[in-house]
Amino acid sequence: MTPPALLIENLAKTYPARKGAAPPKPAVDGLSFTLPQGATWGLLGGNGAGKTTTIAMLLGLLVPSGGRVLALGHDMATDRFAALARMNFSSPYVALPHRLSVAENLRIYAHLYDISDTEARIAELARDLQLGDLLDRPAGQLSAGQKTRVALAKALINRPALLLLDEPTASLDPDTGDWVRSWLERYRAESGCAILLASHNMAEVERLCAHVLMLKEGKIVDQGSPEALIARYGREDLEQVFLDIARGTRAETAEVT
Amino acid sequence: MGAPDDRSEGRGDLNRPRRDIRRVSDTRGELNRSRHDTLRASLRRIWGLVYRHVALYRRSWPRLVELMYWPILQMVVWGFITTYVAGMQPGTGAVAAGALLGAVLLWEIALRGQMGFALSFLEEIWSRNLGHVFVSPLRPRELVAALMTMSVIRTAVGVVPAMLLAWLLYGFGIFTLGPAVVGFFAALIMMGWAVAMLVTALILRHGAGAEALAWSVLFGITPFAAVFYPVSVLPAWLQPFSLAIPAAHVFEGMRGALIGGHMAWDHLAYAFLLDAAWLAVAAWVFMRQFEGARVRGALLNIGE
Repeated sequence: MTPPALLIENLAKTYPARKGAAPPKPAVDGLSFTLPQGATWGLLGGNGAGKTTTIAMLLGLLVPSGGRVLALGHDMATDRFAALARMNFSSPYVALPHRLSVAENLRIYAHLYDISDTEARIAELARDLQLGDLLDRPAGQLSAGQKTRVALAKALINRPALLLLDEPTASLDPDTGDWVRSWLERYRAESGCAILLASHNMAEVERLCAHVLMLKEGKIVDQGSPEALIARYGREDLEQVFLDIARGTRAETAEVT
Repeated sequence: MGAPDDRSEGRGDLNRPRRDIRRVSDTRGELNRSRHDTLRASLRRIWGLVYRHVALYRRSWPRLVELMYWPILQMVVWGFITTYVAGMQPGTGAVAAGALLGAVLLWEIALRGQMGFALSFLEEIWSRNLGHVFVSPLRPRELVAALMTMSVIRTAVGVVPAMLLAWLLYGFGIFTLGPAVVGFFAALIMMGWAVAMLVTALILRHGAGAEALAWSVLFGITPFAAVFYPVSVLPAWLQPFSLAIPAAHVFEGMRGALIGGHMAWDHLAYAFLLDAAWLAVAAWVFMRQFEGARVRGALLNIGE
């Protein structure tokens, strides 16, 4: 039986207390969810809700204080490298070496992920993401939109079965953002890759995600499809639902499914 | 966003069904790997990180010059000093001059070896690339192996020109010490790796605040490492401390070969034994700090 892309059980993280400071609150407090293979889910929450901490734990960058992460059937506590070989990650806040060319950057990650047909894979990604003219240019000289496409190419170099995206269209103009969203929709449909998307762009989440996890103070306070959430809160769009939850006006009364 | 024309062309592509996107990777490849495949993949990941640095040097000649600059400058200055000393007292002065030049060259191996490791790690921090590196399947031991490889490459690029200069300008050939010189090189670079691993562990623990140690830490050991004078010159209470430093045995061995005309193999053996102990301790500290950084979340914002 194929395992889910992610199986999260009671995931928790409390950062160690600083000397002399009061014990910190949990950054993530008992998250449980199952991301099916081939699905796109959204992880939403205000600043400090625990999205980055959650993604860092899913990637093995951060050790949880409690709970369990099974990524593609591998326990991240004991077998994270087997999972990492089949996962990937993209964030505008993590850079690629900016003095190296785009092709050199992609080559590095092709080696790190042990891609057998390196040059063919780079050519394939260059064709898919229209990077042909950029391959020989230093990564640091690219525009925000071009950097996003290169970051996506890096994230897809190993044909991941699970892709974690942290604000993939942050700082992009509406046209470029729309291009990226269209590309992700098509890629997921054709590759069968599962995607967990953290974003502050509610329209993007509504368009891409079949299911949304609403985070507040490290807990899932609500979840469901964008349509179900909008209907449950009696709102017109996900942004209004987000505001209700962030401001605490309706979250406590909404029934968590 | 650049290339908007590219995008509109791309949008057309997006609406077409594609047959060339392959399905995602499956688990069988990972599970059925033979030991040979595992080793090959591991070497490939190490090469991936080495390639990242080699590519950087390939497109930046100032970086290459910077690698050679200090070892050459050191050799020129010490070369003139030793020429002066040898001229003052022919005979013993010439032997002392040879020992000094040999010491300068060999100490550069340890210095450049340590800096080559630690600065290659810092390059990853400065380029804000560690997040990508640590979420790849690269194991911490492979990261260390890649940094060691870079250390060897940077040391060779930095020190070989200085060695050639010592031979051309001052007639001092380090290889006149015999085959043991390869052992000296190895023992010193291994000590450099151990120190660099401790420095890297401190950077993982304290972040950017510990960066300066990458340049300075080995200079602090110099007075006790018997680089330019024998251990016997040090006060008696300091000598056991000195003899716990691998480099002290290398330099005692070098002086034995240059001045006494005999190779002190026991010193070389002690140097390697101490290197093994230093490396084991440094690897333990590094791994503890690496895991500690994963607990504290330091890998998310290291260098900031």
